[in-house]
Amino acid sequence: MAATRFLFFYSPLLLVVAAWQLGSSTGFINPSLIPAPMSVFNGVYTMMSDPSIWDHLGSSLYRQMTGLLLACFVGISIGVAMAHYTIAQIIFEPLVRLIYPLPKSALIPLLILWFGIGHASKIAAVFLGCLLPIVISAYNGTRGVDKHLLWSARSMGTSGVATLWKVYFMGALPEILSGLRIALAMSYTLLISSEFLISRKGMGYLILNLGEIGDYSGMFGTILIISLIGFFADRLFVAWMDYVLRWKGKGE
Amino acid sequence: MTDAVTVREANPAFFGQLLWSLRYFYSIIILLVFWETVTRLEWVDPFLLPSLSSIFVRGFEEVQSGAIFAHLSQTVYRTVASLLYASVIGVAIGASMRIFPIMRWFWEPVVSALFPIPKIAFMPIFILWFGVFDASKIIMTVFASVVPIISATYLGAKNIDQHLFWSARSMGTPNRSMVTKIVVPAALPSIFSGIQIATPLCLIVSVVTEMMTGGRGLGSYMIFATRFGESDKVFFGIFVTAAFGILLIESMRQLRKFLLPWHAETIRGGE
Repeated sequence: MAATRFLFFYSPLLLVVAAWQLGSSTGFINPSLIPAPMSVFNGVYTMMSDPSIWDHLGSSLYRQMTGLLLACFVGISIGVAMAHYTIAQIIFEPLVRLIYPLPKSALIPLLILWFGIGHASKIAAVFLGCLLPIVISAYNGTRGVDKHLLWSARSMGTSGVATLWKVYFMGALPEILSGLRIALAMSYTLLISSEFLISRKGMGYLILNLGEIGDYSGMFGTILIISLIGFFADRLFVAWMDYVLRWKGKGE
Repeated sequence: MTDAVTVREANPAFFGQLLWSLRYFYSIIILLVFWETVTRLEWVDPFLLPSLSSIFVRGFEEVQSGAIFAHLSQTVYRTVASLLYASVIGVAIGASMRIFPIMRWFWEPVVSALFPIPKIAFMPIFILWFGVFDASKIIMTVFASVVPIISATYLGAKNIDQHLFWSARSMGTPNRSMVTKIVVPAALPSIFSGIQIATPLCLIVSVVTEMMTGGRGLGSYMIFATRFGESDKVFFGIFVTAAFGILLIESMRQLRKFLLPWHAETIRGGE
């Protein structure tokens, strides 16, 4: 049922692909500039049977997950601390304001200088790109926690550290999770950007490399794979978010 | 009131208040002083972290020779142009989704599918189609930043009070001018939020496209400096990019206040 609705909702995209295939088979679309969908799917299929794709995919996902998880831990800690302790707010708020308007991709050259061309520079790029949305959402979420919840928890004898976790973190969770969703989308963008700029492995490298050797259906196929990963990661995250926040009820 | 009186009256609390009102500068000042000290004492490799003063000396040279302006102007031009194109296209698509069911049927899944995917991955395709010059960079940046504008416009337009449409229709507004007369003005706060979300995206993507294709622009300035190992130039490029980012984001905020003087948020902020 859900699958039918999903397919029905995305049917315009399927129509676009069908029209594209039709245009390619009838020779309307130049296959050297826009490979036909069937040849893109073929490219994906041949890549999947070649073991080297798993190496690229694995190192990309490793970089993205590590950077995102690090940003998660550091970002939530800083955000909650900023809302909870004045001293943390005095230390971090000016830095957050200063760094916020800087496009994080501008830091990639510096990260290459500092961490070289391996995993570390990409992890750092993903980390820096994801950090601020998480910090800001954790800060706003924690500040918005209903004071009555805090008072009831205290009156029932919850200790100071436990309130931090049970009241502030749980109360801020909806906002933290929506910040994480933005960070998740951001993580793929920074991952691919930094892999485009310099690397010897990863999906970004593979896309450029296939483009350079003229294997355009492979290049389109790789872009399709990374797009599908980004898309389904977001869908899964939203499903998980709805599950975690099921106590909130369907608000919107 | 003479100076002496002011000083005597305020003296005990004055310094405390002064220290408190400056509280948001301390961490930045401490960071900068720490940076300069560490580099002056040569505790870190100057290649990895050049001293602040040497970055400023290098920056002064770049400004004097005018080299930086050639790059900066390109980045400014491409980012602002992309933001304008993305706004026009995004508002047109989003507003028409509110009016025409067929547009909604087509664009809703497209927007929802495009939203989470890493759009920068399409850059090699745009390079293949449009070459390595302005066209591919601007198209890439528009593509990456148009999605939040479409969805914000559509959401804003969807929540417009139905009475506005009814009154407009009863006063004889034809269907084709609904978009410009009702949808865009009433959804403007939401549209502007979408544009404000798109602004940082525009900056991020235009810098990356410049890094990838070279030519001029702050992105290529920095990536070339990296290749030649000129770390003071890299840092200067980051500072200039950050300054442009601050300026752009702040001017969008001012523009919002100017365009939406009637909006509750502006009125509250002004008081």
